[in-house]
Amino acid sequence: MTNDFVLKVKNLTVRIDSQNIIENLSFQVKSGDVITILGPNGAGKTVLFRTLLGLLPHEGEIEWKSGIKLGYVPQRLPFIKDIPLSVNDFFKLKKSSERETKEILDSVGFRENLKKKKIGDLSSGQFQRILIAWALIRNPHVLLFDEPTTGIDISGEETVYSLLARLKQERNLTMLLITHDLSVVYKFSTDVICLNKHLVCYGPPRKVLTMESLRQLFGEEVKFYQHRHG
Amino acid sequence: MVEHMGAQFLLSMTTGIFIGGAAGYLGSLMLSKRMALVAGPLGHLTLPGIALALLYGFNVSLGAFPFVILGIILIWLFEIRTKLPMEALTAIVFSSGVAVAFLFLPIEQAETALVGDISRVNLWEAFVSVIVTSIVFLVLKKMYSGMVLISISEDLAKSEGMDVRKYNLIYLVLIAIIVALGVKMVGGLLTAALVAIPAAAARNISTKLAHYSFGATIIGAMSSFIGILFAEISKFSAGPLIILTNTGIFLISLVFKNRGRR
Repeated sequence: MTNDFVLKVKNLTVRIDSQNIIENLSFQVKSGDVITILGPNGAGKTVLFRTLLGLLPHEGEIEWKSGIKLGYVPQRLPFIKDIPLSVNDFFKLKKSSERETKEILDSVGFRENLKKKKIGDLSSGQFQRILIAWALIRNPHVLLFDEPTTGIDISGEETVYSLLARLKQERNLTMLLITHDLSVVYKFSTDVICLNKHLVCYGPPRKVLTMESLRQLFGEEVKFYQHRHG
Repeated sequence: MVEHMGAQFLLSMTTGIFIGGAAGYLGSLMLSKRMALVAGPLGHLTLPGIALALLYGFNVSLGAFPFVILGIILIWLFEIRTKLPMEALTAIVFSSGVAVAFLFLPIEQAETALVGDISRVNLWEAFVSVIVTSIVFLVLKKMYSGMVLISISEDLAKSEGMDVRKYNLIYLVLIAIIVALGVKMVGGLLTAALVAIPAAAARNISTKLAHYSFGATIIGAMSSFIGILFAEISKFSAGPLIILTNTGIFLISLVFKNRGRR
């Protein structure tokens, strides 16, 4: 174990309504790593994030490096459109100063006039960038990014990952990404965690993502993935 | 005589404007938390308390308050323990509240219980209402942005280090206070409208949070003003007139909403 670890997870088990959602999961994250978390729907990926953020009770150990700051990009925020909220209002909820909001919007590629726009009027791609920017307020060391399964247009999806790659460089971020896209896993991550309740595979993607592990993870869906990215 | 009427009218008006404004402001949070309908069953549940107050001649809000607290505990139990949909809760609580109330509510006072009566508030009641609504308003203002974040996502709020349970508890207490004051003005049947309609109208015409919360407050206060004024002129009950004024403003706001979309 090196000294620059950011997170150590050991024998993590998460139960919701007496059902095991995650079983006996162990992994480690080093500073500067990009860890992707891959798995089918209902595999416990989002639950893993919520547990890492301290939002759910669990068994086993979760040890964040002391003093570390986390930024969280949730999959979606279905209730946000209930309220007439401008982009600026949304940032004020995190007590972001005008200057900080301007800087952060700038760094995710938005001009300042977007500040006055209503959140409900943004496209799904724009909204996702806003969520990333929101998570980056107060300069977190680690970004937890939960990719939405639906609702993001393809062109938006392409740019979000190049944006994340740039932000990682600029801000020296460690990242944990939930994704459904194998090409993102291959291009972007240092390690992949294949999760389907328990750990199916864990390590550098080119080493551990085999036909066999993918079949174990996704079942029949493998053909689709192989076809698309093979 | 005229002077006496004038003083009474002024007391009712002041009380009404403060309760209406605070209810509108609170409603802007309840609407965003999809909680607006909760005020419905809560209002209905106060009916036995109102009946007791009318029967024994003490303040209606005072009679209503313990029943609102009971209602909040019920909501908590229903939501957390049974996961029944809120409609079921509304149906059960509504009918039970009305049924119990009508067992012993003197029928000549049914109108006061159902649609309220603000025309006879005394100085002391007006004074307490103004002080209490002012406190509610200040507490709400302090916790407003936190509550908005909670209503968007409890996860995000918790990951920002907020004590969500503390916020929710204070929020429920504020709802209880406003409902208890609201039943005095618009009765057990119409309280939900008092919190829901101003916020719904303000949402139609707002693009930012400050306009929305301020708008809901102003619409709530203005509806009370217009409703109580018309009640004085027409001798209809103020409660229904306040709610109908709210409805009118909501309808006007719809026109502006559609214009904005074009």
